[in-house]
Amino acid sequence: MTNSPLIIAGKEFKSRFFLGTGKFKNKKEMAEAITACGTQLVTVALRRIDIERHQENILEHIPPGVTLVTNTSGARNAQEAVRIARLAKASGCGNWIKIEVINDSKYLLPDNVETIKATEILAAEGFVVLPYMYPDLYTARALVKAGAATVMPLGSLIGSNQGLKTREFIKILIDEIDLPIIVDAGIGAPSQAAEAMELGADAVLANTAVATAGDPALLAKAFAQAIEAGHMAYLSQLPTQRTVASASSPLTGFLYDIPAKN
Amino acid sequence: MKVTINGTIKELTGSSYVSDIVAQFCQQSKHVITEVNGRIVPSHDWNNTTVSEGDHIELVAFVGGG
Amino acid sequence: MISLQKINDILSDQRPESLEELAQEASFVTRQYFGRAISLYAPLYLSNYCSSHCTYCGFHALNKIKRIKLSDDQYHREMQVIHAQGIRNILMLTGESYQHTPVKYLKEAAQAAAQYFQGIALEVHPMRVEEYKELFAAGVDGITVYQETYDRTRYAQVHLSGYKKDYDFRRDTPRRAAQAGMRHIALGILLGLSDPVTDLFELYEHLAQMEKSYPGVEYSVSFPRLRPIKSQEFMHCDVDDMVLTKIIALTRILFPRVGINLSTREEPKLRDHLLEIAVTRMSAGSNTSVGGYALLPEEAQDPQFDIKDERSVAEIIHVLKSKNFDPVFTDWRRIENNV
Repeated sequence: MTNSPLIIAGKEFKSRFFLGTGKFKNKKEMAEAITACGTQLVTVALRRIDIERHQENILEHIPPGVTLVTNTSGARNAQEAVRIARLAKASGCGNWIKIEVINDSKYLLPDNVETIKATEILAAEGFVVLPYMYPDLYTARALVKAGAATVMPLGSLIGSNQGLKTREFIKILIDEIDLPIIVDAGIGAPSQAAEAMELGADAVLANTAVATAGDPALLAKAFAQAIEAGHMAYLSQLPTQRTVASASSPLTGFLYDIPAKN
Repeated sequence: MKVTINGTIKELTGSSYVSDIVAQFCQQSKHVITEVNGRIVPSHDWNNTTVSEGDHIELVAFVGGG
Repeated sequence: MISLQKINDILSDQRPESLEELAQEASFVTRQYFGRAISLYAPLYLSNYCSSHCTYCGFHALNKIKRIKLSDDQYHREMQVIHAQGIRNILMLTGESYQHTPVKYLKEAAQAAAQYFQGIALEVHPMRVEEYKELFAAGVDGITVYQETYDRTRYAQVHLSGYKKDYDFRRDTPRRAAQAGMRHIALGILLGLSDPVTDLFELYEHLAQMEKSYPGVEYSVSFPRLRPIKSQEFMHCDVDDMVLTKIIALTRILFPRVGINLSTREEPKLRDHLLEIAVTRMSAGSNTSVGGYALLPEEAQDPQFDIKDERSVAEIIHVLKSKNFDPVFTDWRRIENNV
């Protein structure tokens, strides 16, 4: 296995750590975190401007060269997600969209069905679509068919820092889906990010853990290094990776093609 | 002329060009996105697009997000 | 440890998926502990004089074969041939005759072998601790002694006379060898001689007890199967390839660190496949006759058992490498302390 770079929609990413920009105390800390970890892709969101109060333009704090992905957070269905995506495109900041459709305020779990619909529409319009989803194989296949650029399964509930609770199911997506698999949501520590990468994920997206850390820049850097280490471990073909015995009997099949002992 | 901007009814005193609304209600215009009655007005059309009495105007900008 | 019943269940389970599962588990453990390293060695038969009568063996005392004991000059020549093939671990064997191959003879052979080989093991008659100490000082670092069967009744039936009749002295041999400082001790059972379930259970008990008492020793096990001796059939029960595979896989799972040896009496295909599952040691380019490497033409040889894998050392190395195995000739070197 070779260390080929991560390519999404023709764009090459050296860093496999993607950073969300929400929940930072201030823009300065956010900017420092981005610089410290060397991420090449950040997510942002769209909101109505508060016309009564001063509001800084977040984009001015994101270093040039970093790919911007607009998250459709706030969308409760495909239609709303599509609308947000189109608004983002009109800003002239590119056409990369993370589809996040949530219609459950208790668990904040993504609606896979609406996500597929939005992906279909936006991919047809030429967007680079990165759908955030619950790790379900059938949904992932539908997203591939709909024209998604990546599949972004959740590790655990948004903001929960619980890590890779969906490990076995993400592994299935890694094994079965030929698009980059980016583990998103619930990754609360570098060790958890490393675990996802060891498993074979192509990248990890984190936000809450970094933004709410005492020293966001330091934790962002730690994430980047853990992700790099995890990826190297994966490439090394970790000896703990076990193959499941299959019906074709790769190790003992030979016993059936020779006659019994003479 | 009364219009609704981001859900609040506002009295417009000056001109009714979108560019003037952006200038009046946003601290800065860079990366601001506008929608008039659900239709996106791209920034290059702000100077030649006017709004009318009772229009719904959305001013949207980027914020931090995961 | 594992129960007798459990071993029986595993060996009698006919389902291919159970076998594959066992093999996968064993393969995983093998790679985890050994990587893809395979230790190679060659046997060198020094003598076929034997004072014991073991009904299954081609060397037994009453068998009318030509008795040979290699002289100093002769074993040097044999060693040179084996050394030239690249082998650096040697297993020197004799029939069980204290009279014809006493400690003095074995010591001299070991001193000669030390000029060519890094690892020297003996598969000869069982001895006392003091004798093992002498041999250890002469360069011997490994002792191979198979109980053949742990079933006392069967043991008495097939070991009719001679030293080997003494079941308890033989079973205690690994302990004495360990006490004398031997680094490598090999145990084994001769499959086909008795009920494999009971023998396996007893072997596991013995091995577990040795591992616990002498944890510094490197252990290995062998599962030779009874083969025809020069067209003369001798078989009490048939351990087929499938059961042998299960035995080897199960042993690996229960004893992750133990070397598992598979002899040239097995077919090349079986040997190659079992390397993927659990085998970590193999002999290569073997000859099981006294003087078989350099001294006697094939028609004059009386092998202890017939060889099924006749591939040369070079061929074995080629096969191992083509399967991404790492053939290992020597994994340690003696350090001379008395400079």
